[in-house]
Amino acid sequence: MLNLSLKEISQALERKKFTSVELTQFFLNRVKKHNPSLNAFITIDEARSLAMAEKSDQLIQSGKKSILTGIPIAQKDIFCADEWRTTCGSKMLENFISPYDATVIQKFNEVGAVNLGKTNMDEFAMGSSNETSYFGPVKNPWNLDCVPGGSSGGSASAVAARLAPAATGTDTGGSIRQPASLCGFTGLKPTYGLVSRYGMIAFASSLDQAGPMAISAEDCGLMLEVMTGHDNKDSTSIERKKENYTDSLNDEIKGLRIGVPKEFFEDGLNADVQKVIEEALIQYEKLGAKIVNISLPNNHLAIPAYYVIAPAEASSNLSRYDGVRYGYRTKEYDDLTEMYFKTRQEGFGDEVKRRILIGTYVLSAGYFDAYYLKAQKIRRLISDDFKVAYEKCDVIMGPSAPSTAFKSGEKQENPLAMYMQDIFTISTNLAGLPAMSIPAGFVDGLPVGLQLIGNHFEEAKILNAAHIFQKNTDWHLHSPKGID
Amino acid sequence: MSINKEEISKIAHLARINVSQEEADQVEKKLVGILALIEKMQEVDTDLIEPMSHALNINQRLREDNVTEKDIRGKSLPLAPHAENSLFIVPQVIE
Repeated sequence: MLNLSLKEISQALERKKFTSVELTQFFLNRVKKHNPSLNAFITIDEARSLAMAEKSDQLIQSGKKSILTGIPIAQKDIFCADEWRTTCGSKMLENFISPYDATVIQKFNEVGAVNLGKTNMDEFAMGSSNETSYFGPVKNPWNLDCVPGGSSGGSASAVAARLAPAATGTDTGGSIRQPASLCGFTGLKPTYGLVSRYGMIAFASSLDQAGPMAISAEDCGLMLEVMTGHDNKDSTSIERKKENYTDSLNDEIKGLRIGVPKEFFEDGLNADVQKVIEEALIQYEKLGAKIVNISLPNNHLAIPAYYVIAPAEASSNLSRYDGVRYGYRTKEYDDLTEMYFKTRQEGFGDEVKRRILIGTYVLSAGYFDAYYLKAQKIRRLISDDFKVAYEKCDVIMGPSAPSTAFKSGEKQENPLAMYMQDIFTISTNLAGLPAMSIPAGFVDGLPVGLQLIGNHFEEAKILNAAHIFQKNTDWHLHSPKGID
Repeated sequence: MSINKEEISKIAHLARINVSQEEADQVEKKLVGILALIEKMQEVDTDLIEPMSHALNINQRLREDNVTEKDIRGKSLPLAPHAENSLFIVPQVIE
């Protein structure tokens, strides 16, 4: 059951080689065995997962099977799942039992996929190392002294260690792609608006987007086909015909124009990582693609603009945590004001509080134009850079992250160094573009991810390019040793 | 532009977050760093640029104002730190 693709698992279930209950139990056993060292899951509910698997087996018996029926999927703990504890990695929601399903969860339920458990994450998805979680840091299965990346670090660690066949993540500034890079698997952030945000706990609403995290591009495509679709419950959800992402996986990529932005190879990129990326690009040339030199001249402004826009939106979104209707409430208080102040002081971690304060500052009277409006203008410049670039190329490629996985604790006290982790990923969130990270090699035993960025709604094109690469290389099939 | 303790205390008040005396130095140090990073934006002239609030050029949809959600009061109220008689209870606000 280990190391099978989602398609292979699906066929095995159909041919009754094993049942969904057996499969789910197999992965639950792996989770129970390895979670004490990896801390990839916040909540495991064996009885609930197995009950879902039993129902899925009945669906399979009655011939009502679709591709993901019976397959256990690890869900990032940012997705509300009915009757499951949903914490978002925060003390604020430590005891929150969701009263409803996020649309993403509902879609997986509808096809009979099994919820394998809720994965660890940076608190409210704010972080790049999964060290801000109230439930403790997640470890990278390639080296337990290293971080898995973040914020979807629990899902990343689970997929890399094969504790789950696949997982979900969310990506506001790189939270799917950077951990996919650091943990050596395939992750995709779709075009903004393609996957419903309903029930996905909000961080920065104009940037947040959910996506699949799995071993291969094919697996990601299959998951994306379930996750996408217009949703009335999300006012930013795109009204668009549902697409098929797997039919074109094997299309020829001869003549594909790959834009390589020079800004992705300047300051901050580790030299060994650069070599791996350059070799991957040579591989693409061998497969018939053409390299085109492009420029994204405003990329260096992406992080500054992001650290205005994302905290501004977060400060507004997180105002709901006041200790009144749900979540944590401080123990001792004399009046309502003191209750608010202490609840939020005690319920939020340091990074979350920093971002709320920054967000409040940039939106406050006298600073709005200088910061928030300025950042929105720069967002336009960054988005326009991509428009110009796509006149010359079909996909853009470069590194997903500036380095391989770094040591736990290394950047914890230095937020600015941590923010630089997303230097190659943030601009695509600002522009709303789809992007993925695929395994491209190793440096000193740690995985390196290649980033593929598509134009709006061109998920099928980047999945196709990723799949062809994966048919001709086996980087995505490597898994960490010692996780038996 | 930078930030001092007085301004931090002002925004902490706006954000309804208590910042204790012990935390104040660290918070100041880190916020000053983040604001310096943000300051890089001022290098570019954006006078003629239209601000962009959304990644895609879409309009908000309108819908009929119908009840679509089922009643989840029974599941929601137990989540409150303090609820009685179907009401959320907070310290008395008006004498």
